[in-house]
Amino acid sequence: MKHIKVINLGELNKVEGKGCGECQTSCQSACKTSCTVGNQKCENTEQ
Amino acid sequence: MIHKYELNGYYILLDINSGSVFEIDKATYELLDYYPDKTKACENLKGKYDLADLDEAWIEIENLKNQGILFSEDIALEEDLMRDHDIKAMCLHVSHDCNMRCGYCFASEGSFEGEKVLMDIETGKEAIDFLIKNSGKRKHLEIDFFGGEPLMNFEVVKSLVEYARERELETEKVFRFTMTTNGLLLNEDIIEYLDENMANVVLSIDGRKETNDNMRKTINNEGTYKYIIDKIKRMSEKRGSKDHYIRGTFTKNNLDFSKDVLDLANQGFPSISVEPVVATPDNDYALTGEDILDLEKEYENLAVEYLNYNKQGDKFNFFHFNIDLHGGPCAYKRVSGCGAGTDYVAVTPTGEIYPCHQFVGKEDFILGDLEKGILNQNLRKDFEKVNLTDKKACRDCWAKYYCGGGCFANAYNFNNDISVPYDIGCKLEKKRIECAIMIQVAKQNR
Repeated sequence: MKHIKVINLGELNKVEGKGCGECQTSCQSACKTSCTVGNQKCENTEQ
Repeated sequence: MIHKYELNGYYILLDINSGSVFEIDKATYELLDYYPDKTKACENLKGKYDLADLDEAWIEIENLKNQGILFSEDIALEEDLMRDHDIKAMCLHVSHDCNMRCGYCFASEGSFEGEKVLMDIETGKEAIDFLIKNSGKRKHLEIDFFGGEPLMNFEVVKSLVEYARERELETEKVFRFTMTTNGLLLNEDIIEYLDENMANVVLSIDGRKETNDNMRKTINNEGTYKYIIDKIKRMSEKRGSKDHYIRGTFTKNNLDFSKDVLDLANQGFPSISVEPVVATPDNDYALTGEDILDLEKEYENLAVEYLNYNKQGDKFNFFHFNIDLHGGPCAYKRVSGCGAGTDYVAVTPTGEIYPCHQFVGKEDFILGDLEKGILNQNLRKDFEKVNLTDKKACRDCWAKYYCGGGCFANAYNFNNDISVPYDIGCKLEKKRIECAIMIQVAKQNR
């Protein structure tokens, strides 16, 4: 495409098989007062 | 839903429901103001852009929409996966006492409005047992040794790590430990122990000496910088590439906090997190609405400098600019938020259970205790229910799936309601996300 460059093709709304709960949690990170979810990790290595 | 913005010369378009990210040209950026009214768009933009170009850009927008990656459909989650979460993580308050007197401390010199007390080994073991018992099928369990200053109770920390390792064998759980410390008690033995046994080490210092010493004091009201900087450097050197963060707080006294971040980077610290203070406006160091524009600009300046440092090979990692566009947490996690009160709890030295460390000391938020378990199921349900779909302010917010709905404690502290997000926090969060995504776009252009 000439006018639009794809940086990331997201699949956030494809949720089948998701929701296992093996996510990183805030207390593992360096964040104690302004916790962000989007910069944490999915830790399910089987997906 | 889409969001578009211009930052550091890049025009960026986000499709919120899919998480797709696009870099667009200025014509497309302006066309989107009129979408889906093409006639009106061309009428208003024909003097500024070639009509053929506008037509091409319009077709590209339509194609992406038809592929379902622009203006994509909202996320449909299964209700039962949003309920009855098992506990995964615990903030273990091994010390409600502190050897510093920081001006902005939300923990009242470590005591959280209560008595200065250290956790005993038996209570700590009960906390670990509680976590295992309430973790269901979750394999990876997290414990953050927290305070007050947790190294004031170092022998108990060691005993609890040993106990958890024993219980791993019989339960097939895997524990990961984090230590959050002010660094004052670090010595070679402790540094070696933490390096060997902690998955992450979080070291508190605010940045430049004058910034740090303005808020982080000894019990004799001296600045702490000279006592901690070498110890924190030694811990960081020992840690090498293993997870550790230098963590600071900025206040109204250092709205130019990017200088503090860069000062830490210049000293060679590889991973840095500097966060806004959480304080009500009656404190002279509190951030207020009039600071927002300056702070947003400061994040933008930091993002540009961050890219410059990376370009020159002086790489460092700023926690709040981390974003994994290709992976990251799934929609369930993003909708349920930080997990306080559901996936995550805090346990005090005397065994009370709270939704998270920020609520400790607020008696209305006691979920239960280690002896009797979770007693206040209604409170737990409140935390479970208040997710993105329940927060009015979040429903139409473009940042919702990046942010997760913000901090419950901030919402309560400022609005007396865990479902009403803290407005200043929202504005700063949005700017951090815009900066983080711009950095990813810029990196792909190199």
